[in-house]
Amino acid sequence: MIPEIGHFALIIALCLALLLTGVPIWGAWRRNVAAMSLAPGLAVGMLVFVTISFACLATAFLQDDFSVKVVASNSNSLLPPIYKFSALWGNHEGSLLLWALILSVWTASVAMLSPQLPLLVLSRVLGVMGAVGVGFLSFSLLTSNPFERLLPGIPADGNDLNPLLQDPGLIIHPPLLYMGYVGFSVAFAFAIAALLGGRLDASWARWSRPWTNVAWAFLSLGIMLGSWWAYYELGWGGWWFWDPVENASFMPWLAGTALLHSLAATEKRGLFKSWTVLLAIFAFSLSLLGTFLVRSGVLTSVHAFATDPARGMFILVFLALVVGGSLTLYALRAPAVSSRVSFDWISRESLLLVNNVAFLVASLTVLFGTLFPLIMDALGAGKYSVGPPYFNAVFVPLMALLIPFMGIGPLSRWKRDSAARWRSELAIPAAAALLCGLTLPLLHAPYNPWVALAVLLGGWLVLGLARDIWWRVRGAASLRQGLRRLTPSYWGMVLAHVGFAACVIGVVATSQYSIEHDLKMGPGDSEALSGYEFRFKEVASVRGPNYVADEARFEVWQDGERVALLAPQKRRYLASGQVMTEAAIDAGLFRDLYVAMGEPIGDRGDWAMRLHYKPMVRWMWLGAIFMAVGGFTTVFDRRYRRQRSGARAATARGAQYAG
Amino acid sequence: MPARLKLFLPLALFALLALFLFRGLSLDPRELPSALIDRPLPEFSLPRLGEEQRVSRADVTGRPALLNVWATWCVSCRVEHPFLRQLAERGVPIYGVNYKDDDVAAQRWLDELGDPYLLNIADRQGSFGLDLGVYGAPETYLVDAGGVIRYRHVGVVDERVWQDTLQPLYEELAAAEESR
Repeated sequence: MIPEIGHFALIIALCLALLLTGVPIWGAWRRNVAAMSLAPGLAVGMLVFVTISFACLATAFLQDDFSVKVVASNSNSLLPPIYKFSALWGNHEGSLLLWALILSVWTASVAMLSPQLPLLVLSRVLGVMGAVGVGFLSFSLLTSNPFERLLPGIPADGNDLNPLLQDPGLIIHPPLLYMGYVGFSVAFAFAIAALLGGRLDASWARWSRPWTNVAWAFLSLGIMLGSWWAYYELGWGGWWFWDPVENASFMPWLAGTALLHSLAATEKRGLFKSWTVLLAIFAFSLSLLGTFLVRSGVLTSVHAFATDPARGMFILVFLALVVGGSLTLYALRAPAVSSRVSFDWISRESLLLVNNVAFLVASLTVLFGTLFPLIMDALGAGKYSVGPPYFNAVFVPLMALLIPFMGIGPLSRWKRDSAARWRSELAIPAAAALLCGLTLPLLHAPYNPWVALAVLLGGWLVLGLARDIWWRVRGAASLRQGLRRLTPSYWGMVLAHVGFAACVIGVVATSQYSIEHDLKMGPGDSEALSGYEFRFKEVASVRGPNYVADEARFEVWQDGERVALLAPQKRRYLASGQVMTEAAIDAGLFRDLYVAMGEPIGDRGDWAMRLHYKPMVRWMWLGAIFMAVGGFTTVFDRRYRRQRSGARAATARGAQYAG
Repeated sequence: MPARLKLFLPLALFALLALFLFRGLSLDPRELPSALIDRPLPEFSLPRLGEEQRVSRADVTGRPALLNVWATWCVSCRVEHPFLRQLAERGVPIYGVNYKDDDVAAQRWLDELGDPYLLNIADRQGSFGLDLGVYGAPETYLVDAGGVIRYRHVGVVDERVWQDTLQPLYEELAAAEESR
């Protein structure tokens, strides 16, 4: 019964989404206040019914209702409850429902948290989000119904969740990632609403900035968790593979990064108006394209969903309608004349333009590399695969070229600045960064020039920011007062830029310094790795809730002191019989020690072991966390709060506007 | 008015992309190019992995078998590996083509993860792969007793691929071989 309620709730949600698309947009067209006023209520209604549907499916999973097909194929009665719950989105049908739920959350949030928006704009924005909702809800209902029953012939037990997905990181990775992907639909909806209204001024940029920042922050966290998961769960210490599915999440992030910066220029200076609208469309289109690539089977990937041509066709048609439609609207409505606002080449505007070009080229590069096999195949030019060498060859130099400009950005001035001022402001940070770059890598032998370069670039960013903060608080009575005067927007930018620097240093240091030993070890053996001694003590059999495992126990010693106990496992999951490697990691800010078990060798109790020493690998993820926290911080800016307190006046103004 | 026309450029690019995506839907990225089906396995003479001894076409033919192209640098191969071991345990003969790889790393991989292969051809330069038309690891070829390629699967072989496509073909070939 519960699954049927869920199915029915999903149908109602689709009906509400249809109304949400039709009524407010019609109202906005006819200036009908009553029709427009329905939009927030419909948005909340859509959220309520998608939530009911989601709760029903979650109940089916938690209660082991194996008559429901997705439960039977993705869960098992032995699975710990938290994984039964997360198994909901470990498959195509359920994850699509999660997509719809998150879209409804964003839509309802816009409806409820935007009292400052004129009703006319709000109804258009919600209408556009409703249209996206129609697409995904009907995709779910028509091609991938999560509530499909297996009747008759209910299996006695389920097939189990893929053991790779039975992991805490994977519980929250998809929701965060989708929060990011889907969050770009808000900026997209604002852009479309602005095009529909024909008033492409700075206000739409101001309204959509906090939403875009939050979506971007979620996406950063989601990507970071995916990378972290791959690192500890796949058992060979890699953290990024340029796999099509990874790229699918990375492309919207790159486009989103360009969008954040471009929105700043549009809001503050009324510049790049059409360009920013195009970026907003681009970022969300890449999210949709990612969905298409992952679920249609046009590309091979290790973690693509089970695929079906009918689904691929559905998303392609949807993609064509959404992206084709919005680009047509853009072509017809975007202002063709460039804005009259002018700026010098030496100015903050130019630096933001550099950011935009770099991130746009980066996302197109990733897009091209991801689609290249498909394009060549479609042209009949043969089968190709594009690997990490291509991506690294383009991506790494691009980012390295970006950073010198990125260091100047925060202290540059709008409209007109002078190179002489930049030189005098940044001479000390530049010298200090150079010193850091030359000396800090000496702490880790052997000296590595690439790490030196990364430290130089990272130092340049951080020291430039420090200089800028100092410059801004200088005039204040006390340091504390001065720091408090800085806005959340500013702090958000500082955190994100520091995070980027940490990421760059982490990625380069771990790529250059990592040491890996693969060897045969028996209990009692020990192996030295970069000053650490790994002592293999014993192997024990342990039993988990739904698996049995061999567990190797290691002590790690350094300078006569025991620094870590590591217990990697080789698990065999009972339901599927799948064997998984569970790495053991001693994490640290400056180094990770990592042990993964291979196969047993011979019958004397020896095992193949993989020992890793990975310096500074955490910096990369910490950097991503900093970026995300930075993105969230900007929302607390007083600019947005002030708008909210003036809510009533704005609503009245909106109605007047509409009338 | 050219300024307005310029704004249509993104739409045009997207239309082109959508066309490719549409074409992509009807293509299977794992499908084999027809040129190789029912053609004999190309001749080769390459070292056996970890040994000086050379192997040739005759060493891997004579009974229906799988020819699996793999490498230690290939992420998907690692995913595929446990299933190949299961197949080997079920008695399916599997020959390996260690493609553009480092012998030491490959040997270590086999020591560590287990060795499902009857023997491994060390195709260090990828010349045999070129003859086969390998476009990326992993790939798996089903070769009959006479050394004719009957099927090619691009991508990971898992339980589903095995049951749906490879196993029926393999069993057909094996039955035909026995009845001779």
